[in-house]
Amino acid sequence: MSTYTYDVVIIGSGAGGGTVAQALTPLVKGGRRVLVLERGPRLADDEFTGRELEMASQLYADGGGFLTAEGTMTLAFAHAYGGSTVVYTGTSLTAPERVIRGWSVPGLDYADLLRRSQRYLRENNVHLLEPERINENNRLFVDGGARAGYRVEQFPVNVTGCRGSSLCNLGCPNQAKQGTNRVQLPAAERAGVEVVTRAEALRIEPDRSVVVRVREKPDGGKGLPSEWESGEYRVPAKLVVCAGGAIGSTALLLRSPLPTPHSLGSGFTCHPALILVAEHPRAITNDVGHPKSYFVDRAAEEAFVLETCMYFPFTTAKALSGFGADHSAIMHAFPRLQMILLLACDRATPGNRIAVDRAGQPVVHYHFTRGTVGGLVGGSRASARIFFAAGAVRVHTPFADPPLLEQAEASQIDERISERYFREGSVSLSAAHLMGGCCMGGSAADSVTDSWGVVHGLPWLRVADASLFPDSLEINPYVTIMALADRVADGMLRDAPALLG
Amino acid sequence: MLEDLRPGFRALAQTVVPDASRLDAAGWTEVEGIVERALASRPPALRRQLRLLIRALEWLPFLYYGKRFSALDPVRRNRFLLRIQDSPLRLVRRGFWGLRTLILLGYYGRPGAAAEIGYRADSRGWEARR
Ligand SMILES: Cc1cc2nc3c(=O)[nH]c(=O)nc-3n(C[C@H](O)[C@H](O)[C@H](O)COP(=O)(O)OP(=O)(O)OC[C@H]3O[C@@H](n4cnc5c(N)ncnc54)[C@H](O)[C@@H]3O)c2cc1C
Ligand code: SF4
Repeated sequence: MSTYTYDVVIIGSGAGGGTVAQALTPLVKGGRRVLVLERGPRLADDEFTGRELEMASQLYADGGGFLTAEGTMTLAFAHAYGGSTVVYTGTSLTAPERVIRGWSVPGLDYADLLRRSQRYLRENNVHLLEPERINENNRLFVDGGARAGYRVEQFPVNVTGCRGSSLCNLGCPNQAKQGTNRVQLPAAERAGVEVVTRAEALRIEPDRSVVVRVREKPDGGKGLPSEWESGEYRVPAKLVVCAGGAIGSTALLLRSPLPTPHSLGSGFTCHPALILVAEHPRAITNDVGHPKSYFVDRAAEEAFVLETCMYFPFTTAKALSGFGADHSAIMHAFPRLQMILLLACDRATPGNRIAVDRAGQPVVHYHFTRGTVGGLVGGSRASARIFFAAGAVRVHTPFADPPLLEQAEASQIDERISERYFREGSVSLSAAHLMGGCCMGGSAADSVTDSWGVVHGLPWLRVADASLFPDSLEINPYVTIMALADRVADGMLRDAPALLG
Repeated sequence: MLEDLRPGFRALAQTVVPDASRLDAAGWTEVEGIVERALASRPPALRRQLRLLIRALEWLPFLYYGKRFSALDPVRRNRFLLRIQDSPLRLVRRGFWGLRTLILLGYYGRPGAAAEIGYRADSRGWEARR
């Protein structure tokens, strides 16, 4: 096993890891060695083809089909240079003050988080898309939402040179999304931070070294070969940052022989989501244009958020309930489909947690509470109202039996869509906002880290990603992850003289 | 992994996606290739469970109709799978959901399926529509 020594090792290069890498460049300028380990590949620009299975199999964990232990929901997260920011849609919201206050993390100040968030909004070119670039799928949501009495807001998005290919979740083929793969990581590398891809941290040892396995590029796979030869390495460091995402960081710490707090793994939330679909009498522009430009935020009142969306053939087929002729008929109506993504604002609950199996692989336990199901039902009803108000002739919802509501049934939405039709295992639920596992808090008795991401009792070990969230954020999380990671990096710069010697 | 289960798998696929009845030999090879590739990276236990499920679904109808699933007419196939889908047992529902997902992956994951349903997303975005 070869040994390479660094001052700081950052594990993961997504929203959290990419931010820390850039924020630590002052250390590199001061002669320190900073390394980012990323288990996913670094793709060349022309490898983003927008083809659904080809891209999903290269970018997502389990090709996008990572299942919870109960087998009732898939979790979407990426393994790549840039982490899940490579496949996110780039909607850029700051955390609700109500939520941050509700977290009650000692020392975590909303104003500080907001200031840091705003810095990344600027850095990532976040702005509202011009009206002429909004497609009909989005405009119908605005019109239907207003007619149905909802407050519809426009999403700020982080794009530069967006051509409207609607393929964001397969990785932008036009390099328009300003993820950490486009902004923070290249800046960090230019400043001298080293990034090694296809390099998985297997465990962190008590002597502060990281054991790493570098894999060869698989035959037929996308991306560049790793910067290091394949094989196992020991990387001693003075400071180690876990930024592998909620699942990656938690699993890594769970399989490391460290005296970590006992709450490690708990507090997992994920905004369980449903893709809802409605058919219009005429073709609309849906698979062209930025897919996600508007939302309705009912988190505080009804525990759900609705967002515009547009998905690809297999993802759409999977999201629809049932099978057979009715299912096929909706698929054939693709050019006439309007889509809404419904996110339930779930709560951290005992039992919903991240664990590892005997091989050290992550296992996520997730049960749907009544509150979460309530959010899904309320959101399905609201979506149906919006669809019909926008002129849809037929609405598909998995919380009805049969799942198709005709326009004539628009007045019976509350009776037709009900939680009595929720059956775990026959509704296609998925989640892409994975949070918690290494939650922030006051002490080792109730949390894994403090509000600076310092693991209780291990000052050389930090966490800087979505796993820090002690509860769900109730809105799209990446900006808040970057703000928290920026704060973690600040704490490291502050502590560097003592810890780096 | 599907070799000896082909008749049962194809009958199930045609019930889940009736359009699959129009697939020619090359089309089936494409569908099954996608399914096989997706399964190749999954744990062996999952592959075993799936084979077991396909076999069970092929033979279970014998109890109700005296015929294997692949020998049933489309109406009965549909009725039988509805029962499975709505089973009171979560394990059974989950198994069917997994199989349904694989069939949809195989069918709608083919590049040709996009054209069949009118999905036209293109990297050039708006420009491609002018
Ligand atoms: C399809 C999709 C759409 C989304 N859209 C939006 C959106 O529009 N707006 C928004 O705010 N959020 C969105 N999100 C969520 C957002 O992308 C994530 O919340 C965010 O990227 C999480 O940041 P992170 O740093 O916690 O983890 P990630 O960004 O997932 O990065 C973790 C990285 O660590 C690597 N890693 C893990 N373990 C190891 C290890 N042991 N060794 C080495 N490397 C490791 C992983 O390979 C990965 O690259 C979306 C997510 C998805 C999947
Ligand atoms: S819609 Fe814009 S940001 Fe999204 S993939 Fe297309 S060009 Fe990229």
